Amino acid sequence: MRIPISYSFRNLWTRRLTTFLTAGGLALVVFVYAAVLMLDEGLRQTLVQTGSDDNVVITRKSSGTEVQSGVERTQASIVETQPEIMIDNGVAQISKETVVIIGLAKASTNVLTNVQLRGVSQAGIKLRPQVKISKGRWFKPGSSEIVVGVRIAERFPNADLGGSLRFGQREWVVVGLIDSGKSGFDSEVWGDVDQLMQSFRRGAYSSVIFKLNDTAAFDRVKQRIESDQRLTLEAKRERVFYAEQSEVLSKFISYLGLTLSVIFSLGATIGAMITMYAAVANRTGEIGTLRALGFRRSSIMATFLMESIFLALVGGGVGIFFASFMQFFTISTMNWQTFAELAFAFTLTPKIIINALLFSLIMGVLGGFLPAAQASRMKIVDALRAA
Amino acid sequence: MHLIKLISRNIFRHKLRTGLTVLGIVVAILAFGLLSTVVDAWYAGANASSDARLITRNAISLIFPLPINYREKIRQVDGVKTVSFGNWFGGVYQEPKNFFPKFAIDPSTYFQLYPEFIISDAQRAAFARDRKGAIVGRKLAERYGFKIGDSIPIIGDIYPGNWQFVVRGIYDGRDTKVDTSQLFFQWDYLNETVKVKFPRRANQTGIYFIEVNDPNMAATVSRDVDKVFKNSLAETLTETEKAFQLGFIAQTEAIVIAIRIVSYVVILIILAVMANTMAMTARERLSEYATLKALGFGPPFLATLIFGESLMICAIGAGLGILFTFPVAAWFGKQVGTLFPVFEISHETLVLQVICAITVGVISALLPSHRAASVKIVDGLRSIG
Repeated sequence: MRIPISYSFRNLWTRRLTTFLTAGGLALVVFVYAAVLMLDEGLRQTLVQTGSDDNVVITRKSSGTEVQSGVERTQASIVETQPEIMIDNGVAQISKETVVIIGLAKASTNVLTNVQLRGVSQAGIKLRPQVKISKGRWFKPGSSEIVVGVRIAERFPNADLGGSLRFGQREWVVVGLIDSGKSGFDSEVWGDVDQLMQSFRRGAYSSVIFKLNDTAAFDRVKQRIESDQRLTLEAKRERVFYAEQSEVLSKFISYLGLTLSVIFSLGATIGAMITMYAAVANRTGEIGTLRALGFRRSSIMATFLMESIFLALVGGGVGIFFASFMQFFTISTMNWQTFAELAFAFTLTPKIIINALLFSLIMGVLGGFLPAAQASRMKIVDALRAA
Repeated sequence: MHLIKLISRNIFRHKLRTGLTVLGIVVAILAFGLLSTVVDAWYAGANASSDARLITRNAISLIFPLPINYREKIRQVDGVKTVSFGNWFGGVYQEPKNFFPKFAIDPSTYFQLYPEFIISDAQRAAFARDRKGAIVGRKLAERYGFKIGDSIPIIGDIYPGNWQFVVRGIYDGRDTKVDTSQLFFQWDYLNETVKVKFPRRANQTGIYFIEVNDPNMAATVSRDVDKVFKNSLAETLTETEKAFQLGFIAQTEAIVIAIRIVSYVVILIILAVMANTMAMTARERLSEYATLKALGFGPPFLATLIFGESLMICAIGAGLGILFTFPVAAWFGKQVGTLFPVFEISHETLVLQVICAITVGVISALLPSHRAASVKIVDGLRSIG
């Protein structure tokens, strides 16, 4: 026969202060754990949305990022002749782009921050259908106009609509804001590629991006481009390209976060263990009575384990509840690989909730197991006498 | 004397509970110490910088170079003592995770500006004679086993191609705050190769290092340098080395802040654990407190008893935690290697660890001692814990 679950709940309720403190410790650990997962998820989603599987990014071999890459005009022309490039209404869906970094002063701290500036052609805009104008209009080709990602506009006062930025001996007017649904382009500034190349005195493009007419044709075109003696270029699917760009940041967040969660959980598990040991010690008499009434050792074990698990789940629930408010926050930091600012939000997914609850469950089991085992091993006579 | 004896007897009444609590505090104080040290390591570059040095770079951003002929123009500015220059090289040694800074520098002036890099005259001369020569830091040399005469292959990313550098010297830091995980090689070697392979990028340098006669004049000299190149193709931005380094850190500030917050979260967690321990202890001993009261001991005595016990548990835990911080930090510093070139426990960290422990001890004792002090003798004697 099993001991009713309500027995466990009532016990927790009786020792409210202890329950509150123990669950509070557990909640803090779960909060940190969930927040780290949310941050990593936010970064991942930002990158997934930045790239598309149909698009191919061509950069110089082993350059890693667009900023470090260089594609000569002649090389770009050779890439342009690939038969796998999609033709839409007689226009090849290919964009030769220049990517540089400019320093802008952040409003909050007035510190010069690296922001990625991308020169695109009209085809380049069509290649990223997720990038939409949220305010204002697109820049006119051949003019000193730029559009700014929403995440940049909100942090840099001069870069908002109607403002202007000065670089490359020219004044650039902000005529629109771009919103790409939380992708990495929200942290960029876009302008006309020819105008930007001229004002930065650049002779070579940074990268070439094109759309495939057939997703499956990627391996063929990659093989052809990379084995061409005239080219020192490499081809990557856009999604893979962006994922690799934030590998270091992503790894850093997850390693640091998981290490901390494990260390912190040690503290909270110890807290649960202390509480459960005390619960067992205080109720020795009760345990003896229950055993004398005919409850089995396994039922006693289950009851105390259940109490500990319930304690942990309350902590986990509270932790997740508070972590969910982190979704209102956006983190912006320099991505070490691209050397430029990248903004991403804490993102909560059902998977993270399940993971966090599982994590708290594990803490509950670990914290409750030894005390519960001790309770179940008590001899009836000794237990009754102790009371 | 009796009081201390009583407190220590009380502590060891529940050996398991006290042991677990102490273990928790050790873990928390240790984690806190490590996290603060990580934050310090972030700022190590800025803390080691000198007031007398300025850095000049392209006003657009660091990725744009400056022409090499700026050197002579900068030298003419009033208040400038020495000018040197250098390039961030990037590059990969064997695989991307083996990160360490590689700079192309001017051998004749760079080490004058950076006296904190200590290197023998013979090695410096050998470095200057060999176009492909390199000088590496002690920490870097130890990590990868570089010896004088070794050849280091680097795969270029900013400057594509396969590069070979021959170790001609190993530098030490003047003190432990100096980053000895860098590699320096001759800027001329870089420029000569670039001239052949990418003529458009030749005769350019990333940054200029300026030593000023008088650190108080740093702001004026910075302004004057930038004025020379105003409205040119490559406008400059000059600032002190410290401002330059802090600007870098500020861009990853979000991470630093997150680590700082998290380091206090662990203290909160342990506060919950400790407060729980003290609350349980006080509840179980309520009848004892009533007995003491009946014997004539006042509330201050009871409070001293509880505060003493709480603080003593914290002191044991914090003492062990601080003690363990040193070997663990040393091990951790070795693991992260060149990522955090300077990984040292600062005095502030130790002070903060102690303050945190005291705070936890005091707060944990507040509620229990209030309860013990205010309980009526009759109720206390009746309570069964």
